[in-house]
Amino acid sequence: MAKFTKKKEGDLPAVSTASLPDIVFMLLFFFMTVTTMKDSSLMVANTLPNASEIKKLEKKDRVIYIYVGTPTQEYQKVFGTEPKIQLNDKFANVDEVGSFILAERAKKPQELQNVLTTALKVDKEANMGLITDIKQQLREVNALKVNYTTYEGDAFNNLQ
Amino acid sequence: MPRRKGAPEVNAGSMADIAFLLLIFFLVTTTIETDAGLDRMLPPIEPPDQDVVIKQKNIFTVSINRNGQLLVEDNLMEIEDLREAATAFLENGADGSCTYCKGKKDPSSSDNPTKAIISLKNDRETKYSTYITVQNELVGAYNDLRNREAQRLFGSDFTTMESKYLDPETPSNVRDELKDKVKRVQDMFPQKLSEAETTTD
Repeated sequence: MAKFTKKKEGDLPAVSTASLPDIVFMLLFFFMTVTTMKDSSLMVANTLPNASEIKKLEKKDRVIYIYVGTPTQEYQKVFGTEPKIQLNDKFANVDEVGSFILAERAKKPQELQNVLTTALKVDKEANMGLITDIKQQLREVNALKVNYTTYEGDAFNNLQ
Repeated sequence: MPRRKGAPEVNAGSMADIAFLLLIFFLVTTTIETDAGLDRMLPPIEPPDQDVVIKQKNIFTVSINRNGQLLVEDNLMEIEDLREAATAFLENGADGSCTYCKGKKDPSSSDNPTKAIISLKNDRETKYSTYITVQNELVGAYNDLRNREAQRLFGSDFTTMESKYLDPETPSNVRDELKDKVKRVQDMFPQKLSEAETTTD
């Protein structure tokens, strides 16, 4: 009987963790594939207004972003506190918007160049003067499809 | 000293730790967000060849001043009432050609929805948030009317049909079917929202 009593009784067999890396790798690949790295860091305050009648912006490759807002704390010394336009990674003047749109459009594949949308991510504190100037620039380069990006919510919250 | 048999096994226990580290990095940097907002078309820069004569009664003027106050058809108005006023204007149907309109048929207001134009003006110092609220209410007025007609004709909201139609994951046979419905409702109340150049004074 000695043969059978060799094993100590009451000792739980260790759970094999050999497949744990596989599971984690699976998750890892999932997140690696769905990740879109932020291509530009925000240098302006960007609290968007609320709206309820919104449409989703599908297909990110067809969108050109324009940010508008007051420069964040670290840039305020240099650029002041008036709302500024941010294109990609730098501040820009209104008259640079047109050439920026043309440059971005040229980067896109041919078949997408006519279906591009310009997403205006504008801080709710900005004034319409700047937006009107941007809109005029967009009209000049024939980028007529715009999307005022907003959060989903009750539009009357904006007024408070 | 006992002889070793073959190469020693490498301990793979820390593999999970390394993978977790990477996983957490990607978790943190991931932004699975789809932006949403109000879609608008800007007017083309070339003016039309000949001037189109539009009757004054077919234009619904909305002006926002720098303090965020509204002037609608020369009367002061609260933003809360704008949607209702715009809806009443759009479906007024003074000439009687619009069979689905439920408006008052007021002869001093719009002839029919295809002729009705909403004109939005704003000051340079108007706050963007106010502007978006007004835009939202005007688009909302169109959506309310379209929803009503879509409910009557197809038993489903226009906005849900449209978002389903625009969703790339909808199968194409469903999309083709929706396309006609969406188009039909859109033509009943075409969105004519003009944004004139801003007044500077």
